[in-house]
Amino acid sequence: MTDVFAPGSIILALLIGAAFGALLHRGRVTSCNVIENQFRLKDYTVLKVMLTAIIVGGVGVMFLADPNLVKYAVKDTNLLGVALGAGIFGVGMVFYGYCPGTGLAAIATGSVHALVGALGMIVGGVLFALSFDWVKANILTVGAYGKIRLPDITGISSPVWFAGLALVAIVFFVWAERQQNR
Amino acid sequence: MSMATMDNAGARTSTSHIDWTPYLAGTGIGVLSWIAFAVAKDPIGVTTAYGRLAGEAAIPFLGADTVATNTYWKAAPFALDYGVLFLVGIMLGAFVSAIVSGTFKIELVPEVWKAEIGTSVWKRFAYAFFGGVIIMYGARLAGGCTSGHGISGGLQLAVSSWLFLAVMFATGLIASAFLFAKKI
Repeated sequence: MTDVFAPGSIILALLIGAAFGALLHRGRVTSCNVIENQFRLKDYTVLKVMLTAIIVGGVGVMFLADPNLVKYAVKDTNLLGVALGAGIFGVGMVFYGYCPGTGLAAIATGSVHALVGALGMIVGGVLFALSFDWVKANILTVGAYGKIRLPDITGISSPVWFAGLALVAIVFFVWAERQQNR
Repeated sequence: MSMATMDNAGARTSTSHIDWTPYLAGTGIGVLSWIAFAVAKDPIGVTTAYGRLAGEAAIPFLGADTVATNTYWKAAPFALDYGVLFLVGIMLGAFVSAIVSGTFKIELVPEVWKAEIGTSVWKRFAYAFFGGVIIMYGARLAGGCTSGHGISGGLQLAVSSWLFLAVMFATGLIASAFLFAKKI
């Protein structure tokens, strides 16, 4: 045990993980009903949680990035890999009724079908590793633009992006609340 | 929030009396991501570590040699490190939150599934298992999931992550329309 708050600390991993799991549960996104009803457009909880987290998180990280207190960790833009993977992911999320993180959290709230899906996720992870050489050579190379951000390709600065996002989010939240109160 | 407090019969559902608004939970996740970036230097994410866990779980079936020589697992070997312990943390936090709020409940088939699709436990398990297989394959192919791409990538305004969000919501809407019309 060196420093509990140093990067890589397993205590820190447990603390941040536990806070994340508790927040997912408090946000009700550990409920399969809430997730299925998002895709059925009957309950907008998932989008409310995600958009709020993206905007609050993004504005904070943007301010921390300027004095170099944080480093961006942007994932590679492999257009074909991301698009195909996301396409499969959306279908999987509807069949599973959870995403990987909310599924793990749901197991701990008593969901047995979430556990069954988590075993499926092991199989999915194995299948990916076994097909990785082929995928890397044939899919991840298509449309590979590296670690790019929206401000890089649009010339619109991060603060303007977040102001726009916040505006869209507020209009959407007002609309979603009215829908639900009908 | 009236909507979250009771179901029709007034009986408890699995999340019946959690009265946090989604905005409060979302704000909490946003602030937590500051800490993940600034202190842990590791953005919130799930499936990178889960893919490594899959390697460890595969050893009895594929043999230690196959796993050890696999290109993917060689680059991402299993260890009880930050990423994997983060997953344990998620379960601990959700468990404590469920117990404290009195919402822990063994659930085999969720309400929406019972009402719209059917009460068969095995059918629900089959969909959950197959869904789990493809959601993880898709997440690894895309390089992240709703946490790593959706939240951590989205908040960095990453191009890959916003593409991920748009495509996964689109195919999810289509799959949902078919599933709940009982066509798949």
